[in-house]
Amino acid sequence: MSNRTQVLLWGAQRISAMVLGLCVAVHLVTMIYAVRSGLSAAEILGRTQGSVGWFAFYTVFVAAVAIHAPIGLRTVLSEMLNWRGRGLDILTGVFGLSLAMWGMRAVFAVFSGGGA
Amino acid sequence: MKNDFRARNHPAYWAFIVHRGSGVLLTLFLPLHFWALGQALQGAAVLDGFLRWTEYPLVKFAEIGLVLLLSAHLAGGVRLLVLEFLEWREWQKTLLAAAAGVSLVAALAFMLNLV
Amino acid sequence: MDNLQVSIWRGAEAGGFQDFEVPRQESQTVLDVVTYVQRKCDPTLAYRFACRVGVCGSCAMTVNGVSRWTCRTHVSKVAAGNKLEIAPLRNLPVVKDLVTDMREFFDKWARARGVFTGSTTRKEKFARVEPQSKERKRVDAGIECIGCGVCYSACDVVTWNRDYLGPAALNRAWTLVNDVRDTTRAERLAAVAGDAGCHACHTHISCTERCPKGLSPTAGIAGLKRAVLAATLSGEI
Repeated sequence: MSNRTQVLLWGAQRISAMVLGLCVAVHLVTMIYAVRSGLSAAEILGRTQGSVGWFAFYTVFVAAVAIHAPIGLRTVLSEMLNWRGRGLDILTGVFGLSLAMWGMRAVFAVFSGGGA
Repeated sequence: MKNDFRARNHPAYWAFIVHRGSGVLLTLFLPLHFWALGQALQGAAVLDGFLRWTEYPLVKFAEIGLVLLLSAHLAGGVRLLVLEFLEWREWQKTLLAAAAGVSLVAALAFMLNLV
Repeated sequence: MDNLQVSIWRGAEAGGFQDFEVPRQESQTVLDVVTYVQRKCDPTLAYRFACRVGVCGSCAMTVNGVSRWTCRTHVSKVAAGNKLEIAPLRNLPVVKDLVTDMREFFDKWARARGVFTGSTTRKEKFARVEPQSKERKRVDAGIECIGCGVCYSACDVVTWNRDYLGPAALNRAWTLVNDVRDTTRAERLAAVAGDAGCHACHTHISCTERCPKGLSPTAGIAGLKRAVLAATLSGEI
């Protein structure tokens, strides 16, 4: 991987961190609010089902985390296991893509509520 | 030779350990989280079936832990962004205390609402 | 005052601690202790020092687990009770006893383009640099480095990532990036970019915590991270 790509990865992790900063703050407040009367499907889906606003929010959230987490994981693995090079880059890249798809499946699930 | 705990025993290093530990654990938790929410694809009843798990005290305890991890990673991350992207000033030394405070308050608020 | 119980590393990478008893004195430095051992107890003990007054940067060691300059570290400040453990600097190959091989440390200064390159000769007039300018103030903040290697020894990223340039070399690069007379800014930013350069830093702040001159390599490295990213995005490098 070229130095230039490494710098861009660093930048992508920081910019995604800034986006996540806002998303996680909203997520924390929502969670603290949501659990007041216990966690239920009705509570979650009542908020998200058919809501374009929440759908957009969670899409941005998933995209940011799918960029942020794999870059961090790449650094952690390289430092802790002394593992560097193409294999590591491919593995963490695949992890990021899987996270994005798996996350979007969840976003779609709470948007459609099984009614799709 | 490598450093041991004596060299690492200072606040910014503890902050690093919290940030890395929480980051790795949250990354591992994410697929599980997405899987759980994906239950909604099969309707509200299936999701409710899963959510019944969250009534167990042990699961509740784990949830509080996760909220603490998330708030700690958020607050510690904001601290890092400030240190990396703004010119250094004296007041930034208090960021660490502020980060620790904010994350504990968030986890406490979640806990008090949960139980 | 009780005698000091001193454990000193003997050998190279493989070795062990050897115990000595050293009389305690007022205003005694850790370097005084090492010198006492070498002169009175065991003349085969190897260690490095030169100026004894915190200028040359050659006497750094690991004292009770923490990297320090020994000539200006008072025993009274660091001894745990009356115990001192003195070892060579971390993250560098040990040659013998308290002497490390500093080559990789200084080679990395060269890799980070730690050399000033100007555009004028001695025949021309002095460059005028405004003392209150942002760049000059940044240079001032990092310029007093004595190259002792304490920050390099304190840094865990160096341990985990053997190619990482380390705090001292990056601090040097930062002072040159801010030197308005220097003509190799782009090459230097390219040299310190990426996983082996400034972007490997995790802001442990150990270097800043331990720097005997009170410098903050962490702040300079943060500056490099921003400058390199900006130069990469603008296509300068």
